[in-house]
Amino acid sequence: MRAVLTIAGLAATGLLAAGAAGAAPPKHGLAAYGDHLYGQYCLGCHGPNAAGRLKQPASSTGAAPGRAQGQQGGIGPSLHGVGALAADFYLRTGYMPLRRVGLQPRRGRVFFGEHEIRALTAYVANFGGPAIPQPKPERGSLSQGLALFTEHCAGCHQVVAQGGLVTGAVPPALVEATPLEVAEAVRIGPYVMPKFSQRAITDRQLDSIVRYVEFTKDPPRQGGWGLGFLGPVAEGLVTWFLAIPALLVLCLLLGRRLRS
Amino acid sequence: MTSRGAPLTRRSVRWLDQRTASAPLLRKALRYLFPDHWSFLLGEVALYAFVVLVATGIYLTFFFVDSTKEVVYHGGYAPLYGQRVSEAYASVVHLSLFVRAGLLIRQTHHWAANVFIAAIVLHLFRIFFTGAYRKPRELTYWLGVTMLTLALLEAYVGYSLVDDLMSGMGLAIGYSVGLAIPFVGENLMNWLFDGMFPGSEQLWPRMYIAHVLIFPVLIAVLLTLHLLLVAMRHHTQFRRTKAQTEHTIVGIPAWPGQTPRSLGLLIGTAGVLFLLGGLVQINPIWLWGPYHTYSSTNGAQPDWYLGWLIGGLRLVPSFDLTIAGYTLVPNPFWGGAAFPLVVFGFLYLWPWLERRFTGDQAFHNLLDRPRDAPVRTAIGIAMIGWVFLVFLAGASDRVDVTFGLAYVSQIWVYRVLVWVLPVLFGLIAWWVCRELQAGERVLGERHEAEAEARLARPL
Amino acid sequence: MPALPPNPGAELAALALLGLSSLAALGFILIYAFGASLPDETQLLGASMGLALLFLAAALIVVGLRLVPSEEVAEAYPPQEHPGEQQVIAELVDESGTRFTRRRLFKLGLLGAGGTLGLAVLTPAASFGPLFHVGDFLRTPWRRGRRLVDEHGVPYRAADIERNDFYLAFPEGVSDEEKEQMAASLVVIRLDPAQLDLPPDLKGYDAHGILAYSRICTHAGCAITLYRAPLFQPAEPKPALVCPCHYSTFDPATGGTVTFGPAGRNLPLLPVFVDSKGFLRAKGNFNGPVGPSWWGVRMWKAQP
Repeated sequence: MRAVLTIAGLAATGLLAAGAAGAAPPKHGLAAYGDHLYGQYCLGCHGPNAAGRLKQPASSTGAAPGRAQGQQGGIGPSLHGVGALAADFYLRTGYMPLRRVGLQPRRGRVFFGEHEIRALTAYVANFGGPAIPQPKPERGSLSQGLALFTEHCAGCHQVVAQGGLVTGAVPPALVEATPLEVAEAVRIGPYVMPKFSQRAITDRQLDSIVRYVEFTKDPPRQGGWGLGFLGPVAEGLVTWFLAIPALLVLCLLLGRRLRS
Repeated sequence: MTSRGAPLTRRSVRWLDQRTASAPLLRKALRYLFPDHWSFLLGEVALYAFVVLVATGIYLTFFFVDSTKEVVYHGGYAPLYGQRVSEAYASVVHLSLFVRAGLLIRQTHHWAANVFIAAIVLHLFRIFFTGAYRKPRELTYWLGVTMLTLALLEAYVGYSLVDDLMSGMGLAIGYSVGLAIPFVGENLMNWLFDGMFPGSEQLWPRMYIAHVLIFPVLIAVLLTLHLLLVAMRHHTQFRRTKAQTEHTIVGIPAWPGQTPRSLGLLIGTAGVLFLLGGLVQINPIWLWGPYHTYSSTNGAQPDWYLGWLIGGLRLVPSFDLTIAGYTLVPNPFWGGAAFPLVVFGFLYLWPWLERRFTGDQAFHNLLDRPRDAPVRTAIGIAMIGWVFLVFLAGASDRVDVTFGLAYVSQIWVYRVLVWVLPVLFGLIAWWVCRELQAGERVLGERHEAEAEARLARPL
Repeated sequence: MPALPPNPGAELAALALLGLSSLAALGFILIYAFGASLPDETQLLGASMGLALLFLAAALIVVGLRLVPSEEVAEAYPPQEHPGEQQVIAELVDESGTRFTRRRLFKLGLLGAGGTLGLAVLTPAASFGPLFHVGDFLRTPWRRGRRLVDEHGVPYRAADIERNDFYLAFPEGVSDEEKEQMAASLVVIRLDPAQLDLPPDLKGYDAHGILAYSRICTHAGCAITLYRAPLFQPAEPKPALVCPCHYSTFDPATGGTVTFGPAGRNLPLLPVFVDSKGFLRAKGNFNGPVGPSWWGVRMWKAQP
């Protein structure tokens, strides 16, 4: 019994010491597994010790799932200080691993399983930074959400979050974004999205924005078929491909044709 | 016909004629002939859409508040609660969401506007490609082109009255295009708006009166003249049968043949519009939120009939025409004003241009088929192609979002295509017309030869 | 009129359609009266009204195509012209003027009076709005020393302005109505001073990298609410302010120059400084008129 306790005590001390060291590669637990995965899939662009890489190595095609270590290489930002918040976001959405440096990260097939994501997140969290947020949309105000979304987000994401365009990037529609992902993205500012700190958008305001985004996933369509809530382009298509053909059918019924 | 109805009919006609002396006119009107072709009904579809517009519009005037005074929204739509919105916007939100049948009437009105202009455009195509605008019908044609212009303006003002985020952006753009008119631009626009954008509190009542009184009356008057002229000169016709000539018109009399058909088209058009008005959402302004000059949203587009202008505005490369530090022509002028001026100038001038270049000064009651006038058809197709390509360019951002084609690249490609492709379309159209004509000649020759052969060989 | 045999089948069909139309119309009335709680009320109302109309239209079409006589009739077009009548009219007009000796002068007089009277009648329309007031285009609510505030009137401190974010700002003290003026709203960003490459005439317009641009696009007046803020600059496009209407793209590091899109004029920049308490204040007025261009816009500077 005493031996077990001693070993446990030593192990605990060892873990604490490792945790306190921070920058030292973790040797045990989830973070250690994350370190292992990092070496396999992220090292090529984000560099050793997650310090980032600014100079292209010889083969600069970027990381990709299943690629051997030797074939990877690219540039990528440092992950120091980005925290579990960022790692959780990029991994759960499939934004990372990025297929090629310079591409806009897009939602894609999530390559990692739940355990792997937790491991990588724990590893990145080691380097400091914000924890995974806990948005509470039910505490937010829908009308505050619309006002805040219009001011900060609608320019890129469109006022009903149907996605849009900016020169050089395609801000996505938010229909697939979970409340957690929205809260994380706002704090990160991925790719060319602005980054909104606590000062700019408080947590309470973020709750309202998240609540509004949930609302946009199924906006009220009192008027009928919603046409993707995009507006006049879709309405024009309905005019010319539904209404006009119907009326042309009427005209053809009522009038002769030259050949008959 | 039963004899029971006859005394009533006779009594009614007698009553009317005694009080209005209109029996001769009525007799002519009842026997007025309508040549029978389906494409001659397109103008009627536009007319009936206009009727629906006026009827639904009158209903809407009883709910709309033409004021940009800001109020805090305390209505029942949660996402707007507590927000500052104009009274105009609040009144439309209220009508849409909290007045029974309000949304149906409002959506029917908006669909009717879209269909109205689409029908006018199709009608215009028919008039153009069959040469119906030729002497003696130039006046009728010019009235029609003018009505198209008025309809475009009327519709634009109409959906801008709601003061939602998207249409507010559109109004700012309209102001800017006006501002870009050389020399008179800024005076003209500040005069119209009663001050710098967003104008004074007089602007909204002004737009409202323009939309519910001035434009509709203008359109109605021109429409009456247009229909009167059509009636006085009688309708054109294709030479479908040998009986139809430049001097003899063949058609269905207004009564009883044409009346149920036209009535059916009127009721049917209204039916299609009401179906759309109830089943397909259009302009859900409660989702867009109110307009402020400092707000905007991605994906803002004008209604389809102004899409060619947003394309024009997006395609023109970055430059203000400046000479020695003096800005002569700001950028939006080219895509927003010069482009439509050229297109409408072409439409107005075309009858004169064609007469000048073909030397054809004759009267025409018979219509061409498009293939019978290859040059006219080619030029028409080229113009349509030009406008349509610019229109497509205006939607290229959504194409990027949906299909991933880079917006910047699309714009550069369109900048070339809008000048090259219309020429190509025109040439192809001309060639197709000539081939069709040649094909008819060949067919005719073959039928003749077969007939001769049958005569030579009795069976 | 030719006598055609009766068509009982068509009559029945038309009657049936009329019946269906009445039912649908009745349905509309009932749904209106009792259907308030239904979520799809508008759809049901539209469907019932639409069907009522379409059934009626169908009935009329059956009548028109199958029941009433609709044989084509031939008749003469009206004459191309009426030379006799034209002659009489022309003579009538000419003969009425035989007592005039100074025809041309009289015509000129009538034209003159009509023309000037027409102008006079149109003149009150000039009151619709201000004319010949170029000054309106140059006036802004910004003065030297005026603080930058957010939408709720809270003044911005320099420390509030963080990198990779963009802020909506107004002059302190403006009313909600005045906020709608194009010259009032700003988009404020912060760049790394090392990234700045302002032209000589704009040197000093920033406050340690904080830049306050006009929010209104110089192309067609939309609000610039897109900010391209790269997270990892080596692999991503440079910072840019973009307008959602026609995608005019402005480079904030070089003084708002246009890098893509149709805008023909740089985005106006408001010079700012940080006061002793850390608040952001305007140092003067914009370097050019705000908003969409008009003729001669480059000749003027913005005025308080």
